[in-house]
Amino acid sequence: MNNYETVFILTPVLSDVQMKEAVEKFKSLLVAEGTEIVHEESWGLRKLEYPIEKKSSGFYIMLEFKADPSVVAKLELNFRRDERVIRYLTVRQDKFHALYAEKRRSLKQSKEGKEN
Amino acid sequence: MAQNSSEIRYLTPPTVDLKKKKYCRFKKSGIRFIDYKDPEFLKKFLNEQGKILPRRLTGTSLKYQRKVAQAVKRARHLALLPFVTDMMK
Repeated sequence: MNNYETVFILTPVLSDVQMKEAVEKFKSLLVAEGTEIVHEESWGLRKLEYPIEKKSSGFYIMLEFKADPSVVAKLELNFRRDERVIRYLTVRQDKFHALYAEKRRSLKQSKEGKEN
Repeated sequence: MAQNSSEIRYLTPPTVDLKKKKYCRFKKSGIRFIDYKDPEFLKKFLNEQGKILPRRLTGTSLKYQRKVAQAVKRARHLALLPFVTDMMK
């Protein structure tokens, strides 16, 4: 079991509901493989620094999960097959990355707590 | 006349100040991981064209220069940073 972090970009042509549906699809795929989703983050519609597939913006979604390496291959295969995904990146978290990610999560939580 | 030409005159005297010693900001402030999801921070290591600055200019140690390069390349892949641009700053 390793800690992984994946960021993927969905096409901006999707509606909010369609976007959530796509995210849900990948999350359920991970859960079905018996992984634990640690954190989920949506950065919303963001401008791309350069056009990808003639699109200048996209929905950024970040997922952190604990999984076996074989699951990552499966996930990436699904990213490639799904035309709603225009870009993806999965990285394994080494120990410093994991520490940083934990700190980032707790920071986010405390921020959300203040807003509520 | 020959004496005058050998003498260099400046309008403003050249300032010979002490060179500031460069240091690795990651070692100094104890940053162990460089986040590829933070393009604003990574921009400190790029020039106007979006190229990675050499460590002879930034003073970053070799260990962290490699990590900076890795993070910049990841950010570029995710379109968080441009591959080529002009007038970024």
